[in-house]
Amino acid sequence: MKIDRRKFLKAAGVSALASLGGKGAWEILDPGAVDAAEHGGHGHDKAKESGPKTRWAMLVDMRAMTEEKADKIREVCDFAHNIPHWDDPERELKWIWKEEYEHVFPSSYNEYISDDIKAMPFMLLCNHCDEPPCVRVCPVQATFRRPDGLVAQDYHRCIGCRFCMGACPYGSRSFNWFSAKVALEKEEGRKINKEFPVRTRGVVEKCNFCVERISLGKQPACVEACPDVMHFGNLADSESEIRKILRKRMSLRRKLELGTHPMVFYLV
Amino acid sequence: MIEKALKGSSFYWGWLVFLLAIIAAGALAFIYQLNVGLGITGMGRDVSWGIYIAQFTYFVGVAAGAVMLVIPKYLHHYTRYAKIVVFGEFIAIAAVIMCLLFIIVDIGQPQRMLNMILHPTPRSILFYDMIVLCGYLAINIICGYNTLLADKKGVPCPRWVKPVIYLSIPWAVSIHTVTAFLYAGLPGRHLWLSAIMAPRFLSSAFAAGPSLLIMLLLFIGRFSKWKPDPEAMQNIARTICYAMIVNLFFMAMEFFTAFYSNIPAHKYPLQYLFFGLHGHDQLVPFMRFAIAVGLVGVFFLLVPAIRRNPVGLALATLFVFLSTWIDKGIGLILGGFVPTPYETIVDYCPTFPEITIATAIWAVGAFILTILFKVAISVREQQIS
Repeated sequence: MKIDRRKFLKAAGVSALASLGGKGAWEILDPGAVDAAEHGGHGHDKAKESGPKTRWAMLVDMRAMTEEKADKIREVCDFAHNIPHWDDPERELKWIWKEEYEHVFPSSYNEYISDDIKAMPFMLLCNHCDEPPCVRVCPVQATFRRPDGLVAQDYHRCIGCRFCMGACPYGSRSFNWFSAKVALEKEEGRKINKEFPVRTRGVVEKCNFCVERISLGKQPACVEACPDVMHFGNLADSESEIRKILRKRMSLRRKLELGTHPMVFYLV
Repeated sequence: MIEKALKGSSFYWGWLVFLLAIIAAGALAFIYQLNVGLGITGMGRDVSWGIYIAQFTYFVGVAAGAVMLVIPKYLHHYTRYAKIVVFGEFIAIAAVIMCLLFIIVDIGQPQRMLNMILHPTPRSILFYDMIVLCGYLAINIICGYNTLLADKKGVPCPRWVKPVIYLSIPWAVSIHTVTAFLYAGLPGRHLWLSAIMAPRFLSSAFAAGPSLLIMLLLFIGRFSKWKPDPEAMQNIARTICYAMIVNLFFMAMEFFTAFYSNIPAHKYPLQYLFFGLHGHDQLVPFMRFAIAVGLVGVFFLLVPAIRRNPVGLALATLFVFLSTWIDKGIGLILGGFVPTPYETIVDYCPTFPEITIATAIWAVGAFILTILFKVAISVREQQIS
């Protein structure tokens, strides 16, 4: 078949439009439905057996948690990902950090809950939601959900509009208000992890579940630092370690009422 | 036709130079922001959008307001608006350009802006906002320019422009609906998660845009040979009055839902804005002032004796403009971020460079508007003689 340039462009244009109107148009009305259909399951059951084979999730054992371990985890993560320290809390870059019960579960805050829980340093990080609002709003697909459930961020495509920060109901996203490189150089004795990029200013970042490590078959840095507190595993596998723990222990997840299906569990 | 902007009084040139000076200051501040980062603003990880986005939101409304003249003129053939509808379209042009500039200064990597087109993402509302805003700008340039050119030549407007004018009506509604959807679809931002966000946006837009137009027409009436039709202005004032009443009514509905349901998360943003929360009350005087001047503005517009008095009309429209500006250009965005997802309170205050940049964008808007209005007034004056 002969196909001239004009015909080719026409066909290319039509198929581009179709792909835009097809998946894209559906996604705005029923976010996640297309993904679910592609995986042959319901939007809410992606982690079950009918869904993908891998669905990464994190368990934080609050009974084993201490202030020292919380600080250690933060330190390890900050080094692994070259996260500078800022004095101004509004400029802070936070991938994993501690917060009090009252602020972690504001919508289901129970003022009569045990004092132990109130005093616990809950570790907060990106929830790598099954229905991530940040992915839905990003105008350039700089943040996207991988088939294994990991919500990733492309620092080279991000335009810095911060729509994702408004959309994230967990406050898990940080923006580079200033140059992280300059800040790291200013910190005395600060070691740089040469294997991880330092982000440019003007882009958004967040916990990446140590994608650079799990792709090599390693555990995330925080899990390696405190394996008794942090448990990382495959939620889609009903026989995985984390599923076994979840069957036995009482767990909490943040703001379930919003339908984001967070993948970070707090064992209490 | 544009050459008419090149002849003017010393006052005209002085005004343009004054605006250019402000723009230059803003440009310097913007270069500083580009080099150092958005950290020079008052925004932070909790209040991650500030006056840039708030002003953007407000001016989308001002732009959409032009439709309040286009509908009577072109759908109902209300001829009294024939001579002034172009001024509404020119306000829309200036306002949309301001919106685009506010977006550009707000994003962290403006040089990557074209990623919006290189990686089109139809599930993001920002994708649609880009399309509707650029489309609305094009539509208003086409309609405004061609209708004015026809007036200058003393011939009827080319027929192909008509469908574009009709298109501008739903398009105007779309720009503000889509802008409302930017906010209304986010989980966990309780002030924004409201089905009447878009109606509220539209009602305040239909009050704010025409209010600016009346203030400018009153000014033109004093200083140019062409006098805008007072009866036409009275009718615009009636439209503003209705729109503003609906706007205040919608605001009251938000209060009812939040406070009668008594759900804390829904009450907090309104408490923060209007009453103060945990001792944080920096926005309270502004928000209360907005309600007060909004009510006074409506009262002035309702009483015929005040509305027919040019000073009364000028004050009424100024009040409506101020009220909607504070409500949407400050309160609405900040109230969405406070309290934070942790139910803590973070106060935002714009910094000096941030205000300089925002003021410069106002000056760009005023600059474009001055030139466009100069051309339109010259054509009108020529029509008289």
